[in-house]
Amino acid sequence: MTGEKLFSQNREISISEFFNKNRHILGFESPQKSLFMIVKEAVDNSLDACEEYGILPEIEVIVQKADQDEFIISVEDNGPGINRKEVANVFGKLLYGSRFHQVRQSRGQQGIGITAAVFYGQITTGKHAVVETRIPGDDLTYRFEVGIDVKTNSGIIFSETPGIKEKPHGTKVTIHARGKYQEGKQSILEYLRETAAVNPDMDLKFTNPEGKTIRFQRTIDELPKKAVAVKPHPYGTEIGDLQFVIADQRNESITQVLQNSFSRMSRKSAGEVLANANVEPEKKAESLSLQEIRRIVEAFATVKIMPPQTDCLSPLGIEYIRRGLRNVYEELKPSFYSKPVTRNPIVYKGNPIIVEVGLVYGGDLSPEEPIRIVRYANKVPLLYQQGACAITKAVSEFDWRQFGLEQRSGAGIPFGPMILLVHVCGTKIPYSSESKEAIAQVPEIVDEIKQALRISARSLRTFMRKRERRGKANEKYRLVAQILPEISAKSAKVLGLEPVDTSKTISRVANVVLVRETVEKDVEGFSVKCSVTNYTKETWSFKLHIAPASGKSSLDTFEVKDLQPAATQIFSFTVNSDTPYSETEYYVEGIDPVYVIGAEALPPDFHMREISYEVED
Amino acid sequence: MARSDRLNTIAEDIYNSLARGDVPSISLPSRTRENIVLDPLSMVWKYGEAKISRNASTLDGAEYLLKTLYLIDFIKEMYENSKTSTLREMYYISEGWGHAKFHTQDESDLLAEDLEVITHVSREELNLRPEENGASIIGDLTIEERNRKGEFKRINCRDDVGDGGYNIPYSVEADKLRLVETNAKFVLAIETGGMFDRLVENGFDESFKCILLHLKGQPARSTRRLLKRLNGEFGLPVYVFTDGDPWSFRIFASVAYGAIKTAHISDYLAVPSSEFIGITASDILNYSLPSDKLSDKDIQALNAELKDPRFQTEFWKTEIETMLMSGKKAEQQALAKYGLDFVTDTYLPEKLKSIGGQ
Repeated sequence: MTGEKLFSQNREISISEFFNKNRHILGFESPQKSLFMIVKEAVDNSLDACEEYGILPEIEVIVQKADQDEFIISVEDNGPGINRKEVANVFGKLLYGSRFHQVRQSRGQQGIGITAAVFYGQITTGKHAVVETRIPGDDLTYRFEVGIDVKTNSGIIFSETPGIKEKPHGTKVTIHARGKYQEGKQSILEYLRETAAVNPDMDLKFTNPEGKTIRFQRTIDELPKKAVAVKPHPYGTEIGDLQFVIADQRNESITQVLQNSFSRMSRKSAGEVLANANVEPEKKAESLSLQEIRRIVEAFATVKIMPPQTDCLSPLGIEYIRRGLRNVYEELKPSFYSKPVTRNPIVYKGNPIIVEVGLVYGGDLSPEEPIRIVRYANKVPLLYQQGACAITKAVSEFDWRQFGLEQRSGAGIPFGPMILLVHVCGTKIPYSSESKEAIAQVPEIVDEIKQALRISARSLRTFMRKRERRGKANEKYRLVAQILPEISAKSAKVLGLEPVDTSKTISRVANVVLVRETVEKDVEGFSVKCSVTNYTKETWSFKLHIAPASGKSSLDTFEVKDLQPAATQIFSFTVNSDTPYSETEYYVEGIDPVYVIGAEALPPDFHMREISYEVED
Repeated sequence: MARSDRLNTIAEDIYNSLARGDVPSISLPSRTRENIVLDPLSMVWKYGEAKISRNASTLDGAEYLLKTLYLIDFIKEMYENSKTSTLREMYYISEGWGHAKFHTQDESDLLAEDLEVITHVSREELNLRPEENGASIIGDLTIEERNRKGEFKRINCRDDVGDGGYNIPYSVEADKLRLVETNAKFVLAIETGGMFDRLVENGFDESFKCILLHLKGQPARSTRRLLKRLNGEFGLPVYVFTDGDPWSFRIFASVAYGAIKTAHISDYLAVPSSEFIGITASDILNYSLPSDKLSDKDIQALNAELKDPRFQTEFWKTEIETMLMSGKKAEQQALAKYGLDFVTDTYLPEKLKSIGGQ
């Protein structure tokens, strides 16, 4: 046997074996999870492509049973399509597309995902993947049969057939693979549901092996903010990274290379870095020794460099979280949607990171179970390894008791009827392992998540307090308006007497003015009827300010004039709001608030309220 | 005062409070373990001095008042139409009471008892009756029971009944049930049906000249009332034969000392001279009976009994502590380990002897 042949055989074994042995690293560790991974990789790619090209995504996922344990998975999008020449590389070459010199937030990052999916299908069924793709402006859709040459780590096109299809552009990938289909917490369906929750601009159809189709409709026609590709920031650079950029610019001076290849590197700061590294600034890049490269990388940290740009990030933003949560969880009829939180970026090892939190509470969610934590990294749902994740750690270390949830000893995942969405996005998120299923428990990130949780939890507490107060107002109303008159009537009936006037007793048990509303949904929004009843012995005149929980109200203020004891004044207004309407806040002015139930004292900052948690660029 | 007037008094108090512009309220003794005291004259446990007041200043209190008024109205209506209702029927009838509707039958049962406590009119006199619970007796006892036609029928509870025995009716007061004569020397009250049947089959009532009474778990009021009458009118001692677990101890306590829920009528129900001859913690060890491990709930119940004023005797403290220490409980039928006749030939004779019964 020649040396060359031996080498190539070794190579063949090693690539197959590498994959087989390292399936868990890439996420293909069980039959059930493998199907999930194929769908996930394809959908992540579709969403990335649509986002980059400014297309509102339309995705259809079909999982069919071909055989006992063989499935056919197809994912079709309306994305920009793939250039014919790129198909073999995109689907058949591991690590293709991995670029160091361009950083921006995206779902897939390592150039492994979809190739691994194709490869998994190939080694478990021996069948090729089918890719149908059409780029905008092209008249034809091309159909490819794609496989992977394990000897050379490259894609092979077995056939290429042009054809005519209706869709003006897009890609459809079909992969045969062995696996197991299951629904539940860690499943394709849950992954798609959670994906829909953060991509309300997406229209998604999913057909499961039983032929049942589930659709998540688009609820927002606005594209997400696009992430701009930027150069890497010097902080967080490793020796290999610097060697990589030098290889492309061998004849430039090292000062020039630093300026060309890194963000926030002015001539001045490059000079400071090189001085601290004791490297001649005009030295040709190719002539640098390893020692010198190492000293430069170490010197980055010694120089004050501007924080990285943050336009390379694409956080979900408040409206996306709000709409997404509503789209997916509305069927649970939550009684509260918190105002979502998008924090300002922090920098971790030279890379910007943004944390976002949204939460829904109440409704049909069970109060006796642990809260549901829905984790995302760069808009990708994380369904596995919850325990290893920075998000879980932050939630568990956060004391939820003061915010109205049950949590024994103030640590651990709290109990309550709540879904908590946490999104961490960044150009380089540290993961706990290669399969990118959990965010590493880095103190800086855990702390930042806690900050975001605190803001959301406060709004939850405000809601709970209001609900409690509203509950008290309703109790008082039932007591004075229903039960006491009935007690009078019933006691009179038992004795065969006339009922007595209860107003004196009523003012003893409830010496208050009661503000109550009833809300009805109508075509345009919500019509609210508010009644103000005086159960005290005095006559009152005051102003009632109306602040709807969301949307716009047709009335700002109502003047209560000469409200006599036992009298009621009723007024109506409409609110147009497209989110479920929970309550109106009422504030009183011109009456001591201790005499009022159902409305509060006017806060001093009432007229200048416009607090916003929007992200600052 | 007629029962109807007693009910009216409650409504009048409420009506007058409202007329004065006050907040109406109802007050009654607190019906908790903390508020039962031993009456040294009758040696039974009754409610103490602690009162609770339900008033209309809170929604809960006001609803309680309203429910009470609805119940009074309902009972007065029954008086007019000469009807009675079971507690369960009353619960269902409240469906039509609007804001005064009961949420659970426990709630309506408790209110019926509260009304007894407040008015000093018994539940039967309020025309409310429990479900039949099928407790029965067998033995040489002659009674007369008034039937639906209003005639008193004479029945001997040994010769005129089948193996199931004589079924104790829900009311055993003199207008319904007359105790005529007996040759029995004592009453043996038995917790479980299986053991009752065993003693019947073995003819224990004849060989030991006694009346066998099946308690059927925690005994109903009428069962306890009948025991009280047998004890009072014939002077028969009452011996209680139960399983060996904390719940059985409570059965004995309610027969002997009165139950916490019905402490207002302990005088009518409790037989303070009753003797316990059920399975004790010491029996489990002495006879090495087949046993089960105490559950968490059992242990909780035993610890609660240590704080229960009714169990503050040397005998009970020792037995409860022994049971806690051994961690074991046993059923009365575990005696079958030594054969079907062991209970009648050995266990009961030994027990009766030890308490000086035979």
